[in-house]
Amino acid sequence: MRQTEKIANEMRKDIIEMIHAANSGHPGGSLSCVDIIASLFFEVMDIDIDSINSTDRDRFILSKGHASETLYAALAEMGIIPHEELLTFRKFGTRLQGHPNMNHCPGIDMSSGSLGQGLSVGVGMAIANKMNNKPYRVYVLVGDGECQEGMIWEAAMSASHYGLDNLVLIVDHNGLQSDGFVRDVMNNSPLGKKFDSFGWNVFGCDGHDISIITQALKMAKTVKDKPTVLIAETVKGKGVSFMENNPNWHGRGISDEDYIRAMKELGGDDCE
Amino acid sequence: MSKMATRESFGIALKELAEKNQDVVALNADISKSTKTDVLRNYDPSRHFNMGIAEANMIGVAAGLAVSGKIPFASSFAMFAAGRAFEQIRNSVAYPHLNVKICVSHAGLSDGPDGATHQCNEDIALMRVIPGMTVIQPCDDIETRKAMEAIAEYQGPVYLRLGRAPVEDVNDENYEFHLGKAVIVHEGKTDITVFATGVMVQNSLKAVNILNEKGIDPTIINIHTIKPLDEKTVIEYAAKSRLIVSAEEHSIIGGLGSAISEVLSQKCPSRQLFIGVKDVFGESGTVEQLYDKYGISAEKIAANIEKAALELL
Repeated sequence: MRQTEKIANEMRKDIIEMIHAANSGHPGGSLSCVDIIASLFFEVMDIDIDSINSTDRDRFILSKGHASETLYAALAEMGIIPHEELLTFRKFGTRLQGHPNMNHCPGIDMSSGSLGQGLSVGVGMAIANKMNNKPYRVYVLVGDGECQEGMIWEAAMSASHYGLDNLVLIVDHNGLQSDGFVRDVMNNSPLGKKFDSFGWNVFGCDGHDISIITQALKMAKTVKDKPTVLIAETVKGKGVSFMENNPNWHGRGISDEDYIRAMKELGGDDCE
Repeated sequence: MSKMATRESFGIALKELAEKNQDVVALNADISKSTKTDVLRNYDPSRHFNMGIAEANMIGVAAGLAVSGKIPFASSFAMFAAGRAFEQIRNSVAYPHLNVKICVSHAGLSDGPDGATHQCNEDIALMRVIPGMTVIQPCDDIETRKAMEAIAEYQGPVYLRLGRAPVEDVNDENYEFHLGKAVIVHEGKTDITVFATGVMVQNSLKAVNILNEKGIDPTIINIHTIKPLDEKTVIEYAAKSRLIVSAEEHSIIGGLGSAISEVLSQKCPSRQLFIGVKDVFGESGTVEQLYDKYGISAEKIAANIEKAALELL
């Protein structure tokens, strides 16, 4: 497990480097879901460099597509894309579009970016796996602000209606969205009770503890006949003190000065 | 002559495709009896997914099924698929160019008595503007069935536009459907060409009978594939016509007429008469009453072509 935590820290540095180089991006929401994506890609999912182009494996949909930095960082850490390619993020001609494009880059299981749509796609994939008697699981990551989209609840209704126990939704519950705190913009808590009333199995955990996240996702495999949602309690901007819990770091670039400060906090190049 | 609605033909064709290919599945949003995916449900309920009254989710689920190798046929009314779920179609289906077939019924004014909320004269425009989207409107039973075979073979997103009201046959069993290829249904003797889609093919053919009595004999071309448009045929016939006419059960803004005009204004500037619904909403009424009021009945098509022909003299 220590290894995955090290990878997560490398991913955080990748994210800071990418946004600094692009001079735009989504630092807060990318940093908040690092430990979730690291747990999925390096602990839970049956995905690696050999299986990446196969359809016979677990699937991941980054419904909160604006955190594409985190997905690209995981793909680079897995060796699926060259590490230096990360610096092309958001630039003209790049495979690493501002929001993920499945046809441009290997390892992206669904194009995303328009909020609220990924869970529905996950429902479709999970139904297909059931029809084909495939044991693979489908993981969808959404933001808590994203759960304001009505389509999330249409999808939630259909996932439990069809008893999709091969579908897991993870909510990156960082409490912030573009315009401020979720509770101020459009309060949607308690999310767990809402999913429970929609017929889901509900787990909650510390969204920055990789061993706990991994344990919860493994436990979800034992739940039958209903989908599972994991409400992962996270801190927006996690790992960079001046970005943490600050709505101003939702979507913006990183200055040279802030880049140096952030990299120093994350251990700089010493951690390589 | 049989009279069958293209939605009925769609339901039969869907079941036939499902018999041949295990990957064919259908999705509906609580109107499976209206848009006829119930034919597949009755044959194999395990391949029919009712998503309830939630069209946005239905399109997203179809996208996920397509990623996983299924061939999903998602169905609703034109208004609630192209309209309600436009952004899901654009971002979750068309942007990744997924193999989802969006098959809609009750397009145009064909849902007469339900009135304007359920009619849809905007969907060709909405779907046509999406990159990589194929837009097809068959005119009759045989063409619908053959079009279904073609779109099941084709890899990529398709919008298939169907009607609620029964329509007369234009084609017989020997008819061959080629995606993207216009069909000359009547070779006229006057230098006027009508490009028609859907049931406007039938109405235009009836208009020919009326116009023949007045010495006017326009050519009628069936544009079943609105996108990609058969530019070659459109230009070829425009070049030898003094007047071209577009006829569609759709707004004159953004539909077939616009598609033709986009091509011809650049490659063969032509005088064009736009027959279609003007910039207005529909209302309750029988299909016949509505076609007459909104200017797309055979009689109105004939009258407008005659008027335009006289202006040319």
